[in-house]
Amino acid sequence: MHEMSLMESVIEIVCDTARQNGATRVKSVRLDVGVLSHVEPAALMFCYEAVRHGTIADEATLEINRIAGEGWCLDCGKTVALEERFGACPDCGRHRVQMTAGDELKIRDMEVS
Amino acid sequence: MCTVCGCGTSSIEGHKHEEGRHRHSHDHHRDHDHHRHGDGGPDHHHAADCSDHYGKGIAGVNVPGMSQERIIQVERDILSKNDAYAEENRRYFERQGIFALNFVSSPGSGKTSLLVRTINDLKDRLTISVIEGDQQTSNDAARIRETGARAIQINTGKGCHLDAHMVGHAAEDLALEPGSALFIENVGNLVCPAAFDLGEAHKVVVLSVTEGEDKPLKYPNMFAAAELMILNKADLLPHLDFNVGLCIANALRVNPRLQTLTVSARTGEGIEAFYAWLEASAAHRAA
Repeated sequence: MHEMSLMESVIEIVCDTARQNGATRVKSVRLDVGVLSHVEPAALMFCYEAVRHGTIADEATLEINRIAGEGWCLDCGKTVALEERFGACPDCGRHRVQMTAGDELKIRDMEVS
Repeated sequence: MCTVCGCGTSSIEGHKHEEGRHRHSHDHHRDHDHHRHGDGGPDHHHAADCSDHYGKGIAGVNVPGMSQERIIQVERDILSKNDAYAEENRRYFERQGIFALNFVSSPGSGKTSLLVRTINDLKDRLTISVIEGDQQTSNDAARIRETGARAIQINTGKGCHLDAHMVGHAAEDLALEPGSALFIENVGNLVCPAAFDLGEAHKVVVLSVTEGEDKPLKYPNMFAAAELMILNKADLLPHLDFNVGLCIANALRVNPRLQTLTVSARTGEGIEAFYAWLEASAAHRAA
């Protein structure tokens, strides 16, 4: 359940950033989470509810943007969609695809007051 | 969890947290000021006055449901705090010429047995210290200490992985010898430790032949993050239907650069190849 540590980290970064910007409340937080990353959005949501209590973000909503998986197929020489980490190229069926997107795990922005 | 540094409910042997107040200082010796990094890494672009910054921001000028002047661009990796601690650890290890390995596996793959054998066999050639990670008990650190090696136990409590901050403290408490090796035995878990850089030179994933050949496909993140896979308990192969070739093929599908070794920590079969890898990698690192 490393989603708990990740969300503790999110709350920590969000609250620090809000304070550095002179804000007293955090109203919403947006994350970018790639579909090929090692986390489960439902678990992130669940943990978020648990860790935001008692912070200046305790009423902040959480939005998770899913980033689609993409890779560069060495054989086709182009960017292709990637359904799973180390999946095959949908065009040529070979596995020589280097992941270029879908591994994101990022706090994009937040709304404060 | 400590809201200042995020050091959590984990405990490190010899370190006491009293009612949430720390007896140990978080300002480390050796230029190891974690909090400096927490306040903004190189990719941290928020401005003191966000109102005139965000119109040019990556999110664009108009975000539905969000009032423009109060949006703060964060653009930071969720793991950025851990990664900053990991970089501190890595720099410290490099300065001291310490070769650090992060051993990851599911519980019961024989990590501790492998470490004990390695320490005993290499005693005269290499000083090895160990950081042991488990949710509870200091059994593993005690097993390591029986070899005469220095070891420290981190109990993560409810935590499912070691993080770079815990390892930074433990490494400091171990007072590592320059030019030695540090083996970090992570919590037995094939999922979570994959995400947390500890500052190691390499991750080594240990898989035993009593597990399935498809483990690399089921838990790809871990095998993708590792440089070396050690297939352990090879002495049991005559009693099992385990297909070594298929297992290695699966691992290479997930990580084409993965090096693989088949060993038995119990009988010593194949273990010399691991020692050769260890010494070559440490020498390469030092060069």
